Amino acid sequence: MNVPISRVFGLFIVLFALLIAWTSRWTVFDAKALRDNPLNARTIIDQEKIDRGQILAADGTVLAKSVNGPDHTFGRTYPTGSLFSQSIGYAYIKTGQAAGLELSDGDYLRGVNTGISAIIGQLGGGTQVGDNVYTTLDPKAQRLALQLLAGRPGSVVALDPRTGAIKAMVSLPSYNDNHLKGCFPPSCSQLNAATQAHDVAGSTFKLVTTVAALDSGKFTPSSVVDGKSPILVSGVPLQNDGNQSWGPQNLTTALTYSINTIFAQVAQQVGRPTMTQYMKRFGFYAKPPIDLPPDELFASRPYSLTSGKPYPPASPNEDIGRIGIGQGGLLVTPMQMAMVAAAVANGGKLMAPHLTDRVVNPDGQTVLQIKPTVFSQVMSPTTAQVVAQMMRKVVEEGTGQPANLGGISVAGKTGTASIGANGSNITEPWFVGFAPAQSPQIVVAVTIDRTQGQFGGTVAAPIAAAIMKLLLSEHG
Amino acid sequence: MTARNRELLGLIPASLLVTAGFAGVFIQRSNALSNVSLTYGAIFLGLCLAGHLVIRATLPYADPYMFPLAALLASFGIVMIYRIDTTLARQQAQWFVLGLILFSATIVGFRDYRKLERYRYTIAVVSLVLLVLPRFPGIGYQANGAYLGIHIPGVFVFQPTEFAKIGFVIFLASYLRDTRQVLVQGARRILGVTIPPIKHFGPVIVIWGLAMGILILLHDVGSSLMFYGALLSTLYVATSRFSFVVVGLIAFGVGAWYIGSHVPHINARVQEWLHPLSPALYHGTQGGTSSYQQANALFAQAAGGMFGQGFGEATLTIPGTKDYLIPAPSTDMIYAVITDELGLFGAAAVLITYLMLIARGFKTAVLARDSFSTLLATGLSSVLALQVFVIVGGVTRVIPLTGVTLPFISYGGSSIIANLVLLALLLLVSDRARRPA
Repeated sequence: MNVPISRVFGLFIVLFALLIAWTSRWTVFDAKALRDNPLNARTIIDQEKIDRGQILAADGTVLAKSVNGPDHTFGRTYPTGSLFSQSIGYAYIKTGQAAGLELSDGDYLRGVNTGISAIIGQLGGGTQVGDNVYTTLDPKAQRLALQLLAGRPGSVVALDPRTGAIKAMVSLPSYNDNHLKGCFPPSCSQLNAATQAHDVAGSTFKLVTTVAALDSGKFTPSSVVDGKSPILVSGVPLQNDGNQSWGPQNLTTALTYSINTIFAQVAQQVGRPTMTQYMKRFGFYAKPPIDLPPDELFASRPYSLTSGKPYPPASPNEDIGRIGIGQGGLLVTPMQMAMVAAAVANGGKLMAPHLTDRVVNPDGQTVLQIKPTVFSQVMSPTTAQVVAQMMRKVVEEGTGQPANLGGISVAGKTGTASIGANGSNITEPWFVGFAPAQSPQIVVAVTIDRTQGQFGGTVAAPIAAAIMKLLLSEHG
Repeated sequence: MTARNRELLGLIPASLLVTAGFAGVFIQRSNALSNVSLTYGAIFLGLCLAGHLVIRATLPYADPYMFPLAALLASFGIVMIYRIDTTLARQQAQWFVLGLILFSATIVGFRDYRKLERYRYTIAVVSLVLLVLPRFPGIGYQANGAYLGIHIPGVFVFQPTEFAKIGFVIFLASYLRDTRQVLVQGARRILGVTIPPIKHFGPVIVIWGLAMGILILLHDVGSSLMFYGALLSTLYVATSRFSFVVVGLIAFGVGAWYIGSHVPHINARVQEWLHPLSPALYHGTQGGTSSYQQANALFAQAAGGMFGQGFGEATLTIPGTKDYLIPAPSTDMIYAVITDELGLFGAAAVLITYLMLIARGFKTAVLARDSFSTLLATGLSSVLALQVFVIVGGVTRVIPLTGVTLPFISYGGSSIIANLVLLALLLLVSDRARRPA
């Protein structure tokens, strides 16, 4: 009976080898897929056991921090509540909800780059401690922007054109990231309008048209165009504000007084390919290069008014004349318009906007310093200087006068986009600009949604000026 | 060195493991190495030593490796259980005391274990009754859809299959010793397949049929596989007829396919086995059944990886609750916890330890001088090996998951006592086999 016994034992060796093979399948070969499986609660629990790092403002104000939960887990709290919610977002691990920097900087906050003490702590079975993320955000500017919006839906974006560092990013309606439940428009919204709104740019877009016209060499600031009103654009009459006929005017004057018919003709003469080329350099047609989750970014571009779909770049169907004055289906974010002003302010060089400044590990060492990166060279420094002077004139003499700050020279461009049905008088007021005009340090874009006939110069420009003043006084 | 001294030295790994293990749990819980842990370890080692002394006094020639290997597994088990639930570990230690008493009683009471042969039909009937008990209303209870236990409120919970498997093997060994010659010689060969005479083979078929039937009634696929596998391996060793195994496997395959597609509970288990990560099955929306346990067994193993998360490091409960992430971590699912904490290497080490213990069992079967002893040792070793295969195979998704314990490691009074009795019988056979003539 010995031979069968050996065979039976041999069979058990085979069966046990099978068990080891299958164990290695789950522990090694299929392990990653199993760990990433959405049904796997362990992944979430392991995340909950990580002491996520803090998110801080530039001045060290804590914007997000971990709090102790049950069984060595951690929860999250946002001390500044709704003030920073749209840029900070939230990370509720148990429900799998995450947004904003909490999502996009998740690797840092979980401690992918950890200091030596964190690694030793982990080896000893201790808690994994994440790194702290310092942002570029300025709580004072943020608070002032919120205060000046005074509850009106709209957005304020302030950034440093030299680096792309975002100083303030406020949108209303906002929400409190400590309480996600019961947040419904119109009083509460998780939408970050600064980067997600589908706004009509109106006359602020004339900056893009001006840059394309001058930098391409097709126009100079003294080129004269007839500013009569109305004119036919794509077969439809286009009027100036108040149907005023300006007669022949040069481009500087046209920008100062925001003459629609002149810029529509300029855009048509510059042509779709060149206009599209400059728009792409400014960042249109793509999600802005900001360190926020892609879902929270909108690519500004022209949309068909009939189908509601985006036009392919330089599509022959688009009404380039109206696009040239910020109408014609062009939808933009306040951030995109801030980027337009920023490119002019920084000598034609557009810096990628960013919220993350540096990552500091639990030992206090800076493990990552975000370096300013060039998004594109939109125009020559000469063009930038010329356009900046034209924008200075807008504030000195034209529609942007309410942005004047006395001692500080402000450059900018207003916008008052008609957005309601014909004759309804609903407008989207805008102001984008920078200061000081000679050596710009701060760019601000302000827009207010759906006002009753108010103008960019009167409602948006003063907000922008106040924020510029505050930020310049802090850094001056 | 005598066999018994070798056995005593063999207990060193177990004692080191217990000491290191308890120390590990305590350090992990940031406590000082308190007296309690040392007491635990000492009591457990004392029990092992007591077992050794019983063997030393009664079975001087018995295999010197079996007891230390079982002790190693049991030490590992108690450390693991202690890490999961300290209360259960204390109860497990108490079960060990009872188990060792029955272990000693078996050795003393059945010095001549061959007298068991006389009671083979009694043993068969008792085993059958044990198997049916969980289906009796009032005392039987259902766990995970299978009728596996007897529950007398306030007194005990008891899993009769653990004991029935031993009775079943004793009956098989005894019956096949009597009939192995006739099964082969009286057989006719048709188309190269040996057809044994029905008269002699009948009772085997009947026992098999009854066992299978009851197990289908009890909804326990795992035990069914265990019993049937033990039958086939003992039959093969008794008759050397591979054709019996082939026919038996085909019969099992057809039966399993039929049951798998017709018995709803078992069909559900098969579906969970095939698609454990299907969200619908996972959330149990289909007919009240769920692949939650199977899926989480896999997740636990994935969390362990090659080297494991470290002893005491695995996530067992859902934070903020006392709910276990994997149900039954200390019993059916303990292999998943082991893999989670000690990784592929730790799990493989456990399996290899089992294989070494089983190897000693089969070695005993080879050394035995009479057919009953050979068949008994074969049957006991096979049923032990199959039990490990059934539960580990279930946890690792080699076969559908059914709840049986991991011998010597899992928490459970019935399991500990029955497996210690099984070990006692193997040692008895071994002592007789190795006794100088």
